[in-house]
Amino acid sequence: MTVPPITALRGEGLSCRRGFKTLFQNLDLQAEAGRALVVTGPNGVGKSSLLRILAGLLEPSAGAVRLAGCAAEAGLREQVHYLGHDDALKGALTVRANLEFWRAVLGPTGLSVDEALEEVGLGGLGRLRASVLSAGQKRRLAIARLLVSRRAVWILDEPTTALDVRAQARFAAFGRAHLAEGGIVIAATHAPLDLGESAGLDLTAQGSNAAGADLGELEP
Amino acid sequence: MGAFFAVVRRDMALSLGAGGGAGLGVVFFLSVITVVPFAVGPDLVLLARIGPAILWVGALLASLIGLERLFAADVEDGSLDALSLSSMPLELTAAAKGLAHWLATGLPLVVAAPALALMLNLEPAAIGAVVLTLLVGTPAVTFLGLVGAAFAGAFRRGGLLIAVLVIPLAIPVLIFAVSATSAAVSGPVPFGTPFRVLLGLALFAIVLGPVAAAAALRAARG
Repeated sequence: MTVPPITALRGEGLSCRRGFKTLFQNLDLQAEAGRALVVTGPNGVGKSSLLRILAGLLEPSAGAVRLAGCAAEAGLREQVHYLGHDDALKGALTVRANLEFWRAVLGPTGLSVDEALEEVGLGGLGRLRASVLSAGQKRRLAIARLLVSRRAVWILDEPTTALDVRAQARFAAFGRAHLAEGGIVIAATHAPLDLGESAGLDLTAQGSNAAGADLGELEP
Repeated sequence: MGAFFAVVRRDMALSLGAGGGAGLGVVFFLSVITVVPFAVGPDLVLLARIGPAILWVGALLASLIGLERLFAADVEDGSLDALSLSSMPLELTAAAKGLAHWLATGLPLVVAAPALALMLNLEPAAIGAVVLTLLVGTPAVTFLGLVGAAFAGAFRRGGLLIAVLVIPLAIPVLIFAVSATSAAVSGPVPFGTPFRVLLGLALFAIVLGPVAAAAALRAARG
């Protein structure tokens, strides 16, 4: 394996306050290339806020997010894929047009649109309007966004919601392939997701105490 | 630049497609101008005198239609998060969305204006002046409107906010556009003097509108 351009994503002393509530304080974490970081914890504990901070979409109340590696100075914004709760699709446009749009906007560095649709099992549906897709198919189309533009860091917030068992396994395979190429995956998930050897971060333990992250091993 | 034009193309396809609402502004413009002669009465001299002002008020209000959904739709479906991760700065994304909005809703107003001006008994010189000021002035209104659109998207509040925020900012555009038109018809100032101020206002809006809109979107992101 060649040296990946981004070797790690670090959160240093991250704190997040929403309104009067402190979700977590002085949280240190590290996601290494080739090893997934799985964030767990009950609803409302701050998983989504943490992921939005790591993707640069939310300012932490304290602390900073840094990349390590030779491509680190290019900045977080151009290295990160963020797959949130919403699929970021326009129902009035065709499946193909949606994916072509994201390929142009995020940088056409990955698979072609047709290859990506084939990969996520939407081959042949490109001419349909995205509004007629089922919830699971919309999710697959959102996942195809990760494939058309090659980016080192995948930040995934409940990525497998609405996916059937086979599609979940397929998605886990995409994640493992990305890790094998030296990518970084940070995922918050309730459903078990087989991403190979991975580190775990349980946000329940954080609360408002100032302890460092519990980076215990998780068996795949 | 690929990303910029991708945003322009997508937004135009969305607003010109079924249910996109691009035609709404022109229909509103048409209704206002059709109703005015009935309200004012059959005084052709009066109509010709107030015609440019009526056309501009109609175009100004028509330009605000649809702005409240410009960013709100992208905020709601998560597109804005993914757009924020493009290598293109958010300011350029906002500018691309403004350009697409103007091409789909502002430019049709400019095209429809000569036909509507005939209904208000405008002479050819006045029609030319009105169309020229609309061509320069409606982009200014749209790009000032980006600020209101960003607030409406960020704070999930609808159209009222847009009107309250944008109309005061658009008053100078209205003043110099109408005074340029009346200068072209009756003088005594040459057409060019107020028109150059209008050009300046338009350039000011096109540069500062997207910057302010991007700042509003960033500030409200959570």
